[in-house]
Amino acid sequence: MAYSFPEEVLEHVFSFLSSDRDRNAVSLVCKSWYDIERWCRRRVFVGNCYAVSPEIVIRRFPELRAVEMKGKPHFADFNLVPEGWGACAYPWIAAMAEAYPFLEEIRLKRMVVTDESLELISKSYKNFKVLVLTSCEGFTTDGLASIAANCRHLRELDLRESEVEDLSGHWLSHFPDSCTSLVSLNMSCLGSEVSFSALERLVARSPNLRTLRLNRAVPLERLANLIRRAPQLVELACKQLKALSGFWDVVPSYLPAMYSVCSGITSLNLSYAAIPSSDLVKLISQCQNLQRLWVLDYIEDSGLEALAASCKDLQELRVFPSDPFGAEPNVSLTEQGLVSVSEGCPKLESVLYFCRQMSNAALIAIAKNRPNFIRFRLCIIDPQAPDYLTLEPLDAGFGAIVENCKELRRLSMTGLLTDRVFKYIGSHAKKLEMLSIAFAGDSDLGLHHVLSGCDSLRKLEIRDCPFGDKALLANAAKLETMRSLWMSSCSVSFGACKLLAQKMPRLNVEVIDERGPPDSRPEDCSVERVYVYRTVASRRRLDMPDFVWTLDEDSSLRYS
Amino acid sequence: MEVGLNFKDTELCLGLPGGGGDNKTSGKRGFSDLKETVDNSSSSTAPLKDPIKPPAKAQVVGWPPVRSFRKNVMATQKSEEAALVKVSMDGAPYLRKVDLKMYKSYKELSDALAKMFSSFTMGNYGSQGMIDFMNEGKLMDLLNSSDYVPSYEDKDGDWMLVGDVPWEMFVESCKRLRIMKGSEAIGLAPRAMEKCKSRC
Repeated sequence: MAYSFPEEVLEHVFSFLSSDRDRNAVSLVCKSWYDIERWCRRRVFVGNCYAVSPEIVIRRFPELRAVEMKGKPHFADFNLVPEGWGACAYPWIAAMAEAYPFLEEIRLKRMVVTDESLELISKSYKNFKVLVLTSCEGFTTDGLASIAANCRHLRELDLRESEVEDLSGHWLSHFPDSCTSLVSLNMSCLGSEVSFSALERLVARSPNLRTLRLNRAVPLERLANLIRRAPQLVELACKQLKALSGFWDVVPSYLPAMYSVCSGITSLNLSYAAIPSSDLVKLISQCQNLQRLWVLDYIEDSGLEALAASCKDLQELRVFPSDPFGAEPNVSLTEQGLVSVSEGCPKLESVLYFCRQMSNAALIAIAKNRPNFIRFRLCIIDPQAPDYLTLEPLDAGFGAIVENCKELRRLSMTGLLTDRVFKYIGSHAKKLEMLSIAFAGDSDLGLHHVLSGCDSLRKLEIRDCPFGDKALLANAAKLETMRSLWMSSCSVSFGACKLLAQKMPRLNVEVIDERGPPDSRPEDCSVERVYVYRTVASRRRLDMPDFVWTLDEDSSLRYS
Repeated sequence: MEVGLNFKDTELCLGLPGGGGDNKTSGKRGFSDLKETVDNSSSSTAPLKDPIKPPAKAQVVGWPPVRSFRKNVMATQKSEEAALVKVSMDGAPYLRKVDLKMYKSYKELSDALAKMFSSFTMGNYGSQGMIDFMNEGKLMDLLNSSDYVPSYEDKDGDWMLVGDVPWEMFVESCKRLRIMKGSEAIGLAPRAMEKCKSRC
């Protein structure tokens, strides 16, 4: 007597599964579960837009409501991926416009998005709610105007750090008066002035507005006015909060209101604001519930000490360099600031820290203070700086980090580092998912330790390291368990790339080289860049520019 | 194991670091080496033990890893230093500071000052916010009223009536602002007109 649960019951049970991993596991149980699951999956995350094709996704999941996708590799942020490489959103947008009339949410990261795409989005989905474009490019404020005008139920519009061609600030006025649904608005990347009265009216009729990130052209007093109208704000960011002392001068009568807003603020992004440490401290000490702080190194060690004393709920800290190209330090920010915060903030789990000196002792102390780190990214401005006290490599320090922080998922390292640090990483960093390496290591052994030891590794990005063919080929199978591997200015030969592609038919091995066809040079010549990623789509993507080569099915070299 | 491939090529020898004659340690790609290729200066092959040299002018692509978006914003900001000036108003117990670069015209400044000192109503400035110095009659009317007018101290240390020069020039030369009663500002008017005549 075989009976199974009715489909509706299974669907209902599956609806409690939100994690993709759980849903993937469920769909592997048997054919009927696979089928039921795929019909009721509503959210999909595609970590690499070239790992799969729109057709495959649409065929498998016919009823999606939310799509999140990433395009270019992370090092594209630092100009290591040539312009025109790819990651165009249009093919996806066009396919989804046909297939998913009920789509509500689109989140894209590092993709090229055109005004055409934005217009298509605005016109294709009656119930569109969320548009998040992180580090995207290719569109103008005209595209934004379409979104504002046509998406009647828009809740979230977030353009974080996207490069938008700013034709005018007028787009904001395209939000109809009937639009009252905004929860989050982030337009901090735009340069031109928006109609401030339009902004004020929008804020006034958005009772659910919790997140507001404004662009640089908002004068201080108007900001204060705006804040008063939106007491429910939890996240506030503003560029060019110039002379915060001026800010406090200008708004004395608003101070009580400011304080009550401050105590509700959990996320503060002041990373574009040149504010001296003392003023920063005044603001931050009002924000006792702060969980996330992004700030420039103007905060200095003293400011970080104050932060450690007042913000006990702090989970994430990012300190950016105000003068990254200066040879000498312009502020008094050292490893000590990070040590203070790691001591004083028990919930701190995520750090991005730019500084000019580091020591093994400090790293060891930080590791002991904060074994709960999940993300640890340290950038020393001089990439091969040794321990400034002992002049030794920083192997021991980072070794302590991976040994103590057992839940570490993301690590970026800089400084003088030998193969030894990779040995530590391979032995201890079992939960590490993403690793970024630059100017480090001595030999292929370093890469081999990482590829063979890091069981959870998904993304590995390497630049300017003496890693080559041997480690890569010996660990070819590992690459299929990862999302992607990026190597630039290393010692990987064209011959090895070909071999790898032949060995592993489900990997796309892209040789990205602006010096012309790789077969016009000897096979043992190193390639400029190689980007390896697993894919179930065809290995030859159709939009390859002329500086990208991949191997075709018959192992012949193909380029567009 | 694929047939036909020279497997030896792909075999990795895992000797101890430093041990085993087989291990080819490919030369470490030093930052200082890279610097040389980027910047064809005189080659002092900096030994790797001495990497504390600051990066100097040669900048390696994508280093430090700051997003170009962020770099662009910081660069724009650097070129726009604030033009902070103190503002005082006769009879008011507090001083203020304004950043003149926040405003694009006298009208905007006037609005901002009005908000700051809410009892202050600025005299009639005409459509462009610039005092019509050539019309002595209008000027005298303004200064005889009980309205407040803004004056400023310029680079030469002279106190002038706000509005006598084009906005951009004003931003450059204004060091302080003082809002005074029209009747008190009368003393400034002739001097202001002199200066204006000599400039125009």
